[in-house]
Amino acid sequence: MVVSGSAIEDTARRRERHRLLSVGARCAIPVYLLLATGFLAPLVAIIGFSFATPRGYDAFRTFTLANYATIFDPANTVWTSFARSLVLAGLTVAILAVLAYPIAYGLARVFGRWSGLVSLLFVFPLFVSENIRLYGWVLFFIKGGVLDGTLNALGLPGGPDLLFTPAATLFGMVYVYLPFMLFPMTLGLSMVPNDLIEAGRDMGASRLQIWREIELPLAMPGILIGMLLTFVLAVGAVAESKVLGGQSIIVITHDIEIAFTYAQNWPLGSALAVLLMLVVGVLTFAGIAGLDLDRILGRR
Amino acid sequence: MPAGRGPILSLSRLTKRFGPATAVDAIDLEVRDGEFLTIVGPSGCGKTTLLRMLAGLEQPSDGEIVLRGRAINDLPPNRRPTCLVFQSLALFPHRTVGENIAFPLKVKGMPPAAREARARELMRLMRLPEHHFARNVLRCSGGERQRVALARAFAYDPEILFFDEPLSALDYKLKKTLEKELKDIHKESGKTFIYITHSLEEAMVMSDRIAVMNAGRIVQVGTPEEIYTRPVNRFVAEFMGEVNVLPARRGAGGLYASDEVPGAFRVAGGAAETGFIVVRPEFLRLVESREAADNVIEAQLYNSYSLGSRQQYRVRAGDKSLVLEQSRATGRAPALDTRVLVGWDSRDGLFVEG
Repeated sequence: MVVSGSAIEDTARRRERHRLLSVGARCAIPVYLLLATGFLAPLVAIIGFSFATPRGYDAFRTFTLANYATIFDPANTVWTSFARSLVLAGLTVAILAVLAYPIAYGLARVFGRWSGLVSLLFVFPLFVSENIRLYGWVLFFIKGGVLDGTLNALGLPGGPDLLFTPAATLFGMVYVYLPFMLFPMTLGLSMVPNDLIEAGRDMGASRLQIWREIELPLAMPGILIGMLLTFVLAVGAVAESKVLGGQSIIVITHDIEIAFTYAQNWPLGSALAVLLMLVVGVLTFAGIAGLDLDRILGRR
Repeated sequence: MPAGRGPILSLSRLTKRFGPATAVDAIDLEVRDGEFLTIVGPSGCGKTTLLRMLAGLEQPSDGEIVLRGRAINDLPPNRRPTCLVFQSLALFPHRTVGENIAFPLKVKGMPPAAREARARELMRLMRLPEHHFARNVLRCSGGERQRVALARAFAYDPEILFFDEPLSALDYKLKKTLEKELKDIHKESGKTFIYITHSLEEAMVMSDRIAVMNAGRIVQVGTPEEIYTRPVNRFVAEFMGEVNVLPARRGAGGLYASDEVPGAFRVAGGAAETGFIVVRPEFLRLVESREAADNVIEAQLYNSYSLGSRQQYRVRAGDKSLVLEQSRATGRAPALDTRVLVGWDSRDGLFVEG
């Protein structure tokens, strides 16, 4: 077949055009549009508001650092809310990691054909709104409630006064975010081939050595994803401190909500939100940096 | 085979049941110290289960495993002086070649400098390039991974090495090379190797002795030569390569008669009344006259196939199709569909039970 020079150039030019927008990119346009309007636009609006004059609504037309100055004013105690949120989220992640590991291990290695049913039991509560579930716990812990009443009826001293304490807030967060730790962790653990564990055992490793040398490092991607997910969710949690904690503990999301509602100070609320995003973002990226997928998958 | 050394491992009535199914059925076997024993059998014959019981990864339902006079049934795998090379090799993907090889030393508590030195020594022994030490195992080629797995097993310094078909995933040429290498390593190390495979070729090339397994039992144990030339039954005969099988019964005068091919045949025989005459294709030959061999039958030449150094012929005698092989140098090739005489000597044929 004879192909003229210009025909080759034509083909090349056509290829060039296609490369500007590949088939995949064109297919992704609707998703990009949705993300831009539904996700990026509100984010930009919040950032815009954070630089507007305090208590005003003139985002993008004014520029001031007054809102950030207010937050960083030594007289302002809002940093304690930040600290409380981060500590609570950190505790939630730590407790969940310890609590979910045995369950995840069971789901991945022990329960066998029952693990589907057990997973379902953990997913089931997600069908009910978080608030309703938290009120359920209020009924459980309240004076004369399920726990207290049952203990009294059995002739025992009443239940402990847990409700409306920081401990109750933490309990609520651990309860609500358990599935978000459990499932990535289960996935991580089930990705550890059984052969490797048997091989380790065959070559003289004790159970503890196998856990430390083989199981934990290989399940780490799943565990880290679970930790990041629960941390991000827990930092943004507000219902637990309100419903179960009875506002005995004020978290940062509560402060942001107050700024947007009662205080009608959107710029301050926006500045707080932007700071929260930055803090969580930095911590999350630090976590992802520790998640060396390339090494685990052998690309390096 | 090192002579004069006693058994290192004895199995007596070793059994494994999974629910109603019996995977390994009352196996008795003695493994000699320092030998290369291959357990060969079709998939599902129970050979992997047997090996896993020996390694301690599976608990026997019944019977006993005795290592140098000591029952080890209840010893967990990490306390047995044995090491299994898995079919998947089970290399640690999050570790480098060096770390993989040093793993058994690390769990033993050897200091880092000493175990690195030992790992490097083993790499040299297995002919792994020095610069692979810090490389991730997943970036090694198939053959290199085999060597890493073997080096790691040697680092554990076991008395017996088990192999669960580690070569099965490799291409033919590499497999052939590694088979011989493994046999050389066996010779150098002097350790006992127990290898399982479904590949007859692998078993023949490497082993001092072969144990043929079928349906949870060991059917025959012997040298490759014995197994090949003196199979105890039809299963072994057919499993150990291409073979001609004629249903036959014992007739008058120590001769055997077959319903499928007319004639009375003189072959080496067993005690049974009915069974099969088995003759390997290379023992059958095209002959000129009825006197040229102990047994001669008349047949039609159906087709001819070139096997490189040898030529294979398919002939039809009555309803029976027979295969024979001759070296290319031997004789002329007869025309297809002509009448030929096929013969074999009595010592080359064998009468076995079904």
